[in-house]
Amino acid sequence: MSGRGTRTIKVDTLARVEGEGALYIKMAGDRVSDVKLRIYEPPRMFEAFLRGRHFSEAPDITARICGICPIAYQMSAVHAIERALGIKVDPAVRLLRRLFYCGEWIESHALHIYMLHAPDFLGYQDVIEMAKDHREVVEKALRLKKIGNRIVQLMGGREIHPISAAVGGFYKVPGKAQLRELMGDLQWALNTSLEAVRWTSTLQFPDFEQDYEFVALRNPSEYALCEGRLVSNHGLDIDPAEYEDRFAELHVKHSNALHSVVRGRGSYLVGPLARFNLNFDKLPETARQAATEAKLVPPVKNLFRSIQVRAVELVFACVEALRIIAEYEPPSAPRVDAPNRRGVGQAITEAPRGILYHRYAVDEKGTIVTAKIVPPTSQNQRRIEDDLREYAAQLAAWPLEEATWKCEQAVRCYDPCISCATHFLKVIIERE
Amino acid sequence: MSSEPKRKKKAGAKPTIGVFKFASCDGCQLSLLDAEDELLGVVGAVEIAYFPEASRNMVDGPYDIGLVEGSITTHHDAERIQEVRRKCKTLITLGACATAGGIQALRNWKDVDEFIRVVYATPQFVSTLKLSTPIAEHVPVDFELRGCPINKYQLIELISATLAGRKPNIPTYSVCMECKRKANVCISVARGIACLGPVTQAGCGALCPSYDRGCYGCFGPMETPNTASLTSQFRVLGQSDDQISRAFRSFNAWAWQFRRASEECKPT
Repeated sequence: MSGRGTRTIKVDTLARVEGEGALYIKMAGDRVSDVKLRIYEPPRMFEAFLRGRHFSEAPDITARICGICPIAYQMSAVHAIERALGIKVDPAVRLLRRLFYCGEWIESHALHIYMLHAPDFLGYQDVIEMAKDHREVVEKALRLKKIGNRIVQLMGGREIHPISAAVGGFYKVPGKAQLRELMGDLQWALNTSLEAVRWTSTLQFPDFEQDYEFVALRNPSEYALCEGRLVSNHGLDIDPAEYEDRFAELHVKHSNALHSVVRGRGSYLVGPLARFNLNFDKLPETARQAATEAKLVPPVKNLFRSIQVRAVELVFACVEALRIIAEYEPPSAPRVDAPNRRGVGQAITEAPRGILYHRYAVDEKGTIVTAKIVPPTSQNQRRIEDDLREYAAQLAAWPLEEATWKCEQAVRCYDPCISCATHFLKVIIERE
Repeated sequence: MSSEPKRKKKAGAKPTIGVFKFASCDGCQLSLLDAEDELLGVVGAVEIAYFPEASRNMVDGPYDIGLVEGSITTHHDAERIQEVRRKCKTLITLGACATAGGIQALRNWKDVDEFIRVVYATPQFVSTLKLSTPIAEHVPVDFELRGCPINKYQLIELISATLAGRKPNIPTYSVCMECKRKANVCISVARGIACLGPVTQAGCGALCPSYDRGCYGCFGPMETPNTASLTSQFRVLGQSDDQISRAFRSFNAWAWQFRRASEECKPT
């Protein structure tokens, strides 16, 4: 391909992402003149219809924003509402919530690593085609995913939209013996995750490093999931309550998902890479060691290596789940009382794809007056466009079809969840 | 369910499936990938020809079975579903959004423009219909699979039945039946907890009552729901009309039996 002329890279329906989106890149020679990640997922307007509902309904309603990460929504909702009401949960409930979240991380990361992402590296259209040559890998992936789902199912009744999470705790908590039954499977999952770290290290990564502002939750005593301060490698260090003072959401014409920016700075990156780089010291020893052996040392600035980082996080989630189950003593009651009270509360939790912000204002009857939700994919959206501007320029000399596939892959590194950000991905590169 | 016998295909050709998404959370189509033990078996028996969430390979129709997730909320989607229907021999809707409009049908009682203003800074960028409606309001549907989310075992049963040309074994009785079968003590009778179980179709395995909470209606109205009777029972339990109306107005709010029940205790 010559360096002259305009070309358009377009992917009308982006595959292997959750939700509906398209990618459009316009190039003149090796210069990128326009990048649009178009999210055409129809708006569902949760923030509007949460108004007038009782706060106790928020975990069930917001779970329906996303079938892939319903627990993230439930956890951000309950933490934000508990802050609004000024209630504290039992320490055992706190641990159970981490375990619940680990289940979702295992399920979601296993799905993304093997079924959505790996086919790109190995040159397959999908996991079904991949299974023909790598049946054993796919079978392991399915079992791993199933173990994550088993944790969720045991604690929440079902994998998608579980029903046990409540403001103040859970409707019902598992017994010790029930949880211990998971340990054998989790030990297998841990070994398989360690294998996943080694396996993903054998993949070929494009040379593409960017100077990102990484944003993640940080907790001094653990790899943060639900509580902590929001930090970045550019000096951000705030309480979740200050989120809206430091971040802004912009409404652009080509997307039904709002674009988030750090006020005064611009795009930023949330998710596995950000967590790994900012919280490497909080990973359990086993996970750190596996990362180091795979030559994965923070700061990892190559987006394509996110598949490796997800594998390291799988190790974390298995180790953490095993630790929690070993220590678990059931709480004295499944949940504490959550009396109606006027208040405002914010919370940020780490969804598999990155931070998820919720804010609720409730009145003295417990009715939600206003709600605000900022999902991880809308936070990464601007960053995805910035990456593609750089990456498409690097691919200027490539044949259009391959360049298009590569750009699609760059988007998939984010594990975008467009249902969340409103949903699906199509890529369009236009070259002159 | 289409009673038409399956047309003979050329020997060795597998029946094709297309998966289509409208306004929804992706959870119902994810159920297919969540069937970890059955997935490789299913893909051995059929050709997944169109499933963007799982594959880049998008084969154009016609398809033997179309699985449709999500409700219709935009002009574009109202046209797209016509096209999807034309391409699918058997059309199956998955879940509460496709079958009853979903949680996003709560807009149907409100001014949608006001909703857009709440969420979006520049409302003129957003194109949406006033109502969120189920697929069957737009095109003929062969089978509606209930649930928010669907039950993956019911989905596999439905696909198997469709391929075999038989009626699927999917019950339309209430959640109460499942509670009885699990020998659950009735939480409504014993503990006074408001529970939609008596008017809600089975399918979840009576999950909520098994987890010490009242059913909140994920599978929509059962075959012959007596919502008026349940409403009076809720009043006996001390529920306000506002609470009762909200109980009927969740994930299956626009299913007519629940819609009517919600309006009877709270005029709109």
